[in-house]
Amino acid sequence: MSYKKPIVYPYIPNSIPAKKEEMLREVGAKSVEELYADIPESIRFKGKLNLPEPLLAEAELVRHIEDLLGKNTSTRERLSFLGAGCWQHYVPAVCDEINSRGEFLTAYAGEPYEDKGRFQALFEYESMMGELLNMDVVNVPNYDGFQAAGTALLMAGRITGRTEVLICGTLGSDKLSKVRDYIHPHLESILLKYSPDSGLIDLNDLKAKISANTAAVFFENPSYLGFVETQAAEIAKIAHQNEALCVVYVDPISLGVLNPPVEYGGDIVCGDIQSLGIHMWFGGGHGGFIATRDDPVFVLEFPSRLFGISSTIVEGEYGFGDVAYERTSFALREEGKEWVGTASALWGITAGVYLALMGPQGMVEIGESIMQRTAYAIQKISEVPGLNVQFNGVHFKEFVIDFSESGQTVASINKKLLVRGIFGGKDLSIEFPDLGQCALYAVTEIHSQSDIDRLVATLKEVVK
Amino acid sequence: MKAVAPKSLPRRFHQASWDEPVIFELSQPGARGVLVPQVEPGIVHEVGEIAATLPEPLHRKIPPALPEMSQVHVLRHYARLSQENLGVDLNIDIGQGTCTMKYSPKVNDQLARSHKLADLHPLQDESTVQGILEVMWRLEQFLKEISGMDRFSLQPGAGSAAIYANMAMVRAYHESRGESDQRDQVITTIFSHPSNAACAKVGGYEIITVYPDSDGYPDLAALQAAISERTAALFITNPEDTGIFNPHIEQFVTAVHDAGGLCVYDQANANGILGIIRARDVGFDLCHFNLHKTFSTPHGCGGPAAGASGVTAALAAFLPKPTVEFDGKKYFLDFDRPQSIGKIRPWYGVAQNILKAYAWIMSLGADGLREVAEIAVLNNNYLLKKMLEVRGVSAPYAKGKRRIEQVRYSWQQLTSETGVHSEEIGYRAADFGTHYWTSHHPYIVTEPMTLEPTESYSQADLDEYVAILKHIADEAYNCPETIHTAPHNSTGHKINQEPYDDPEEWAITWRAYKRKVK
Repeated sequence: MSYKKPIVYPYIPNSIPAKKEEMLREVGAKSVEELYADIPESIRFKGKLNLPEPLLAEAELVRHIEDLLGKNTSTRERLSFLGAGCWQHYVPAVCDEINSRGEFLTAYAGEPYEDKGRFQALFEYESMMGELLNMDVVNVPNYDGFQAAGTALLMAGRITGRTEVLICGTLGSDKLSKVRDYIHPHLESILLKYSPDSGLIDLNDLKAKISANTAAVFFENPSYLGFVETQAAEIAKIAHQNEALCVVYVDPISLGVLNPPVEYGGDIVCGDIQSLGIHMWFGGGHGGFIATRDDPVFVLEFPSRLFGISSTIVEGEYGFGDVAYERTSFALREEGKEWVGTASALWGITAGVYLALMGPQGMVEIGESIMQRTAYAIQKISEVPGLNVQFNGVHFKEFVIDFSESGQTVASINKKLLVRGIFGGKDLSIEFPDLGQCALYAVTEIHSQSDIDRLVATLKEVVK
Repeated sequence: MKAVAPKSLPRRFHQASWDEPVIFELSQPGARGVLVPQVEPGIVHEVGEIAATLPEPLHRKIPPALPEMSQVHVLRHYARLSQENLGVDLNIDIGQGTCTMKYSPKVNDQLARSHKLADLHPLQDESTVQGILEVMWRLEQFLKEISGMDRFSLQPGAGSAAIYANMAMVRAYHESRGESDQRDQVITTIFSHPSNAACAKVGGYEIITVYPDSDGYPDLAALQAAISERTAALFITNPEDTGIFNPHIEQFVTAVHDAGGLCVYDQANANGILGIIRARDVGFDLCHFNLHKTFSTPHGCGGPAAGASGVTAALAAFLPKPTVEFDGKKYFLDFDRPQSIGKIRPWYGVAQNILKAYAWIMSLGADGLREVAEIAVLNNNYLLKKMLEVRGVSAPYAKGKRRIEQVRYSWQQLTSETGVHSEEIGYRAADFGTHYWTSHHPYIVTEPMTLEPTESYSQADLDEYVAILKHIADEAYNCPETIHTAPHNSTGHKINQEPYDDPEEWAITWRAYKRKVK
């Protein structure tokens, strides 16, 4: 069957031929071609774009896309222990329900009047993150944690007027790549050594490298490799003794059990909100946050939108709007602080829904539960001959398994696990060659005891 | 029965107004919204209380003071807030020019919510993610064809991130040729998006901004005066945010190339030129698309969006890594790109929006994309004609010329004659169920308004929007107080702006508000 030409497109109301003619008459043009009069002939595209024949009927489109997606196997169909900055946490139904609502999904840069809902929801997100972090200032989400880390460091550079940052040596290579690219040419980055036993920052190395040029000491808690940086307070103290700022990257889902960095000396706290009620989306579920104390020296260095609360002319009514908008590149172009654009607002709203659903008790319980499940996995895996768990100390939800003793590569182990329905941990052998054949495993609240037992039994079988 | 009178414009509207408390005020001690799976006794028996083993400064003793709510109350609160929001699904969303607020097909949202996308981990074995890699690869082929470029990266999270990526590639290119110290300036135009200037500044460049000539066209002489051996690149939009197409764009590109600079095309405004011109054919070295604008993916209250950076073969080595490749049998990620600028964001891009953009192109094909462009331009010129009949408004520059997909209007005459400002017109427009935005700063066009009708709106929709603005303009001349005190039928009322710029008063979180209120 072929469609009657010209085609009336369901997404294009004025593609009705008669309507098009009427509109042309209204504008006094014989053809649409006349409307393009300013575009020189020399640069006009002459042919027809070489694209596949369209699937004009929605039913055909669905079939095509479902065929493509059918080639994927999701973490809902297998048992996955992948993490490394993107985690399979449980996403409550209400989170998806709210972020699917067209009023939020299809709005954009609305004003505080006709889109008050967006302003209030994002103010509430900032506020709930503020409780989680014990800080008074949290931004409307920027793109992702990488971006948040880069901006947090540039902020530290601007605040201190210094030119170097010291970065923990266990940072993941992707994050390091983004951060280094982003802070160039404003700040030099120097990596800190870490203890091969614990992964913790080598404090002697920190003391040797910190100087009057140091804008910030940057570390993660929990670290990329899963352990908790237990010397956090000492690191902050050393930074402060040298008049540098302490910038800490956190996983917000840990903050029911881990103290927020401000309690041990963190000055700027940043991270990613994917763990708070947002699906992994093959890496499309990220949003970044930055938090500081309520000090204009810090606040005026944010490039991001900051939504604040106010009153209106009606007694008892809240109003919302942009705080210190004149900082931004929207207001000042290149004279603003870095740049701001469309980032991850919908994920901010979603993370707010998540925190409201979880409440204080939920956040405590999920943190404790993840730590216990992770500790159980570490304990059971450590008992398997040929396997060693790297880095003693406390872990939050990730840990490193060393397969070197088994004589097999992580790649080979992961292939065997895949055949047995398990997505094994991230291969670290390229990223951290010094560690040998190591892999990063993540355990969350979704992993039951029997899931972990199955992993352990399967690992036992494949390393034999 | 009595006949109901026919509808007239503007419509009688009242937005939902739930007088909703701030969420902390809804807290009910002890209430729970979701429960966490209990840790099995077998685990507890083995490991005990792990959190208690944390050293003192690391262990949180006081739970975060989050609201405590039953599930239905969380749902209801946010459902009510959502009703206090508009968006493309509800309003004639043409008042946010430069942003291409077109319809985002529901079917694409539904498809993207499949667990076979939502619950994919980016580090899964490539054999388990062939479907999404194929979508990414195929979308790259489409964008190559639409722009004429040789390669694309879908990694940037949105348009500004793509501009940033393009800036980083410009920098890497000049570094690779040993010219980065010499080439320390970026040229842009005042009607190109602010992020072109701002991203280049973050990259360490000095910014030179070219202003238009008296006809509103970017000034070729001013560009030539700005170009030198210090020029790293030109970052330019075309059509500019005025909707005016720069007919001298080839001369611009040539002039910059002759000086050894690169030319970067901000294609945020591509909606009116799909299938009409291609970046490569004009001579550009790099370009970017906003998948959430031109290619229909929803704007999500300000993201997640998606950007795509395109380059010629000469710059392909610098693209963010990994790229998505196809060897004839399988799709795979290529990390082995030593000259790459590295990561622009975690992983490979906003996969759900990449899928939606792919599906949208598949639903239209080449003829459909051309139809999108032509109707977007037709709608815009129709709207222009109707708007110029409204008292107090003008379309500065390029008198008598056609515009591409949007127009930057000025209410200067209305402001001079009535004292009503463009911003206030926006407050009043909310009373009729529409979003309205002034324009990007600085207001080179005074009292500005930028309307972009896209292809998604009917003649009746456009007529309704014009009727609203005409009604407001009439009010400005006859009863300006109605506008000065607006909005009246919106969710909220005139906001006290003073706290926002006063460090003693501003409150960016509820805890700060509680501390600062007297």
